[in-house]
Amino acid sequence: MQLTLEFGGGLELLCDSQKIHKVNVDLPNGEDDLTMKHLLTWVRTNLIKERPEMFIKGDTVRPGVLVLVNDCDWELSGQLETTIQEKDVIVFISTLHGG
Amino acid sequence: MEANGGEIVRELKELKLQKAEIEQRISALEAKLHETTAAVERCDAVSNGCSVPTEIEHGLEHGMSPDQIYRYSRQLLLPSFGVEGQSNLLKSSVLVIGAGGLGSPALLYLAACGVGRLGIIDHDVVELNNMHRQVIHTEAFIGHPKVKSAATACRSINSTIKIDEYVEALRTSNALEILSQYDIIVDATDNPPSRYMISDCCVLLGKPLVSGAALGMEGQLTVYNHKGGPCYRCLFPTPPPTTACQRCSDSGVLGVVPGAIGCLQALETIKLASMVGEPLSERMLLFDALSARIRIVKIRGRSAQCTVCGDNSSFNKQQFKDFDYEEFTQFPLSADPLNLLPAESRISSKEFKEILQKKERHVLLDVRPSHHYKIVSLPDSLNIPLANLEARLNELTSALKEKEYGCVNTGSSTNASLYVVCRRGNDSQRAVQYLRDWGFSSAKDIIGGLEAWTADVNPNFPSY
Repeated sequence: MQLTLEFGGGLELLCDSQKIHKVNVDLPNGEDDLTMKHLLTWVRTNLIKERPEMFIKGDTVRPGVLVLVNDCDWELSGQLETTIQEKDVIVFISTLHGG
Repeated sequence: MEANGGEIVRELKELKLQKAEIEQRISALEAKLHETTAAVERCDAVSNGCSVPTEIEHGLEHGMSPDQIYRYSRQLLLPSFGVEGQSNLLKSSVLVIGAGGLGSPALLYLAACGVGRLGIIDHDVVELNNMHRQVIHTEAFIGHPKVKSAATACRSINSTIKIDEYVEALRTSNALEILSQYDIIVDATDNPPSRYMISDCCVLLGKPLVSGAALGMEGQLTVYNHKGGPCYRCLFPTPPPTTACQRCSDSGVLGVVPGAIGCLQALETIKLASMVGEPLSERMLLFDALSARIRIVKIRGRSAQCTVCGDNSSFNKQQFKDFDYEEFTQFPLSADPLNLLPAESRISSKEFKEILQKKERHVLLDVRPSHHYKIVSLPDSLNIPLANLEARLNELTSALKEKEYGCVNTGSSTNASLYVVCRRGNDSQRAVQYLRDWGFSSAKDIIGGLEAWTADVNPNFPSY
């Protein structure tokens, strides 16, 4: 499945300072759908190069990270259960506090 | 010579400050005179008996004076804004919390556009390293409260609006009282505890919150607690780890980035105050300056489970007053210096100066990131950033060996000592801890880092 993954607000530092990743993610064995839960594991294994605790906490993203599926908060689409489609754009963004 | 120069600089500063204040008084008086003259002219025109003209005679049912009409004419000419929008704006009150990178442009535009009453709160003073982004301040105000400086600038742009100055930090003890006096709150602060505190206070008082943030090359903007929209806690119920909370003073920021977000905060505030347009509620604007991308995303609505604005929340004003936001976010606002090491593993910058003077054999390891090292460094130092230290220990070992071989004839102990420095003396302590574990038992950190070097040894050494 072709996906675009974007990292911002400093999270890009965890994956070689590259913000946009065009990736190909296979469906997990025996499953018909790709969920955000699976995608998080995939990102953790394949893209995160350092300090994984700055991205993942338990089985979800750490506090302060917003997840957007096609420009929409994943809270509105079922969080970890959100089903991902071909060509979806998923954004992981760390909230900023500076000013 | 130097003392004399210092005096001249001080006197210049004082005079510039006086000049700014005098100019501000002049513009206020001129505006007053202009109003009076205009009124007299109106009197003369209306009748010999000089009766004060009523609004009806001029057809000015909106209550704006001729000067106000002229001043705000370009906004009155906007069909989607017009007299109604401007009248609403003139009746509104806005509190801007923070007169820094975000607050600077926000305040300038809010003063200029004719918000009736503008409050400014900040406890900080203007510093030279603020000037690149905090464009409301002028050099004359360096060392003076940001609120005084910002208020002077706002009054010199628009002497007809009311400006309230709060030279103090916002705390749970004064927040309710101050925020309650305004219709709209602008969060232009720079840290997590303030952001949670301001949002909670806005929920308790039922005020919309225009929230902006910027760091590095990125910015974020949204409106919280507006007509059933989410509050800050709905979005971020659990505070992020402290390591994820970067400050502009550590990570850097391009001046125009908070500038752009601050302008947009002014815009959202003007929309709310004038009641025009669609506020950025339940949506968030994400700005990536480097790639020139602005993305507006849909975010969740109010959370029924929110501990502050949720259906079953019992959060009240007393709990707010007692709440410890620094503890909650694990983000101290006045940081005590880190103290990881025993005294014998540390030396002061003055002691290090003596070591240099005595030409003692040593290696000076600078553990700052390499882009910091490029700004300024002590001569004859070795830069290995803390993050890469373990992988590059061999470089340190050979540097130490080189020093030893270079001085074989001195006869004393053959070991060269190892001193570690960073910007403020925190990372150097962490580095010494690691180094001791890895067998570099002589490693010591220089207390207070390069900042202490500038403060206690060489005032001409650049600080940043």
